Amino acid sequence: MSAAKLQIRGLTKVFETRREEVLALDNVDLDIADNEFVTLVGTSGCGKSTMLSIVAGLQQETSGDVYVDGEPVRGPGRDRGVVFQAYTLFPWLTARKNIEFALRGEEMTGAERTSKANELLALVGLEKFADAHPNELSGGMQQRVAIARALSYKPQILLMDEPFGALDALTRQLMQELLTEVWEQHKLTVLFVTHDVEEAVYISDRVIVMTNRPGRIKTEVKVDLPRPRRYEMVGSPEFGALYSEVLESIREESLEIEQLGSTL
Amino acid sequence: MLRIGGGIRTFHFVGIAAFVFVLIFGLWLVVTANEWVKPIFLPGPIDVWNRLSELAASGDLAKDILISCYRIAIGFSLATLLAVPIGVMIGAYRAWEAAVEPLTDFVRYMPVVAFVPLTILWAGTDDIQKFLIIWIGTFFQQVLLVMDNTKRVPLDVVDIGRTLGMKDRSILARIIFPAAAPGIWDSMRISLGWAWTWVVLAELVAATSGLGYRITTAQRFFQTDTIIGYILVLGTLGLITDQVMKFLGRRMFRYAESRR
Repeated sequence: MSAAKLQIRGLTKVFETRREEVLALDNVDLDIADNEFVTLVGTSGCGKSTMLSIVAGLQQETSGDVYVDGEPVRGPGRDRGVVFQAYTLFPWLTARKNIEFALRGEEMTGAERTSKANELLALVGLEKFADAHPNELSGGMQQRVAIARALSYKPQILLMDEPFGALDALTRQLMQELLTEVWEQHKLTVLFVTHDVEEAVYISDRVIVMTNRPGRIKTEVKVDLPRPRRYEMVGSPEFGALYSEVLESIREESLEIEQLGSTL
Repeated sequence: MLRIGGGIRTFHFVGIAAFVFVLIFGLWLVVTANEWVKPIFLPGPIDVWNRLSELAASGDLAKDILISCYRIAIGFSLATLLAVPIGVMIGAYRAWEAAVEPLTDFVRYMPVVAFVPLTILWAGTDDIQKFLIIWIGTFFQQVLLVMDNTKRVPLDVVDIGRTLGMKDRSILARIIFPAAAPGIWDSMRISLGWAWTWVVLAELVAATSGLGYRITTAQRFFQTDTIIGYILVLGTLGLITDQVMKFLGRRMFRYAESRR
């Protein structure tokens, strides 16, 4: 196998506030292989979102490097698609136009853009809502369009920062299933951030557990559940074992934050 | 019905609002019909109506409305055309904000009234001076309102533009401006209300035409009915422009209403 699709080397981030310097990420190394689905989990404030933001090129690292296909990352670019937790569709455009907006940079005719947008809406099951504006869509639908938009211009890497974090538990499950299905059909390198352990285990090939601030990589759990994943797997002993392993690891960090080590 | 945040039917809402209008009108009618107040201080609604009808029949009312509207149209447009791009720029770039915002904030607190003598010295008493007063009274407020509208555009939405490989200029024109547009429209609607105040002020002090001018001359001849009639006309005109702006805003920014 060739070199990793995404390489993170010695990534360090220091936030300077008026009173102090906060070390958010401390010398993180991580490799993600081509078409691998990797999830970062950790307590709030552990730097997982910061890491994703730096990979996206939206934040500047203090030191260290990020490489995509061996090329150093300098700022944001179309080789990396991003989906945020917040709803980021443009409210003045319909679902279809939101996707077409992302395709403006491609060499395509208007008709080609429209048919590409329709194709992606169908992929996320929203072809009937092509002409709806975001205010007519549920939160789950909006995030599906946002995913379709990020996939539309065929980025090398998809970066997802708690994309289902604002949704209710049931919608969330459906979104995880949908994303897994889409990903299994159209493989792509994904870096996904969440603090939902079940979500992480269900969708990933590999789960990276981060320590409390300063964020470092604590453990890695390889998820060797077969694909295609089915929701029934959540009840299997194999799933349970992986879930416990990841949960146990994060729990130690949470206990430390809440200072409950001796109590519980 | 009387519970904090409790809802009422539209029918009830309109009913209560209409009742208050009728009540005040009735009070006015009773007080003047019994001459509890001298007509020179407070003429009755019928006198006011007759006077307005006379002025309407002679064409004076239409002429006055037209000239005041013309002054607002020019003064307000000049303010808006400058305030929107400047407001968007200082809302998007901190350096521009540093250059413009403190200065604007300072000027904003200077009473517009105090500029009247100065503008007369500079521009005389013709239309240019009226434009100037309307401009001074609205521009500085508008800049700050538009800056605020622009700042409310979520950073994540701007970041999406960046990840799509868009340049700053393109993000400004294709993301920040359309995202802020519904708010900007609302700010313009509010500042248009103030423009009505400034045009009348300018016409009260030094003018030979317009609604404000007619009010001043009426005062000279103790035509209280004209004064009250014109104040009511001004209120109505303000209400109409506001409703027109609201209607257009709803039409243009239907997508901004929350439906879910």
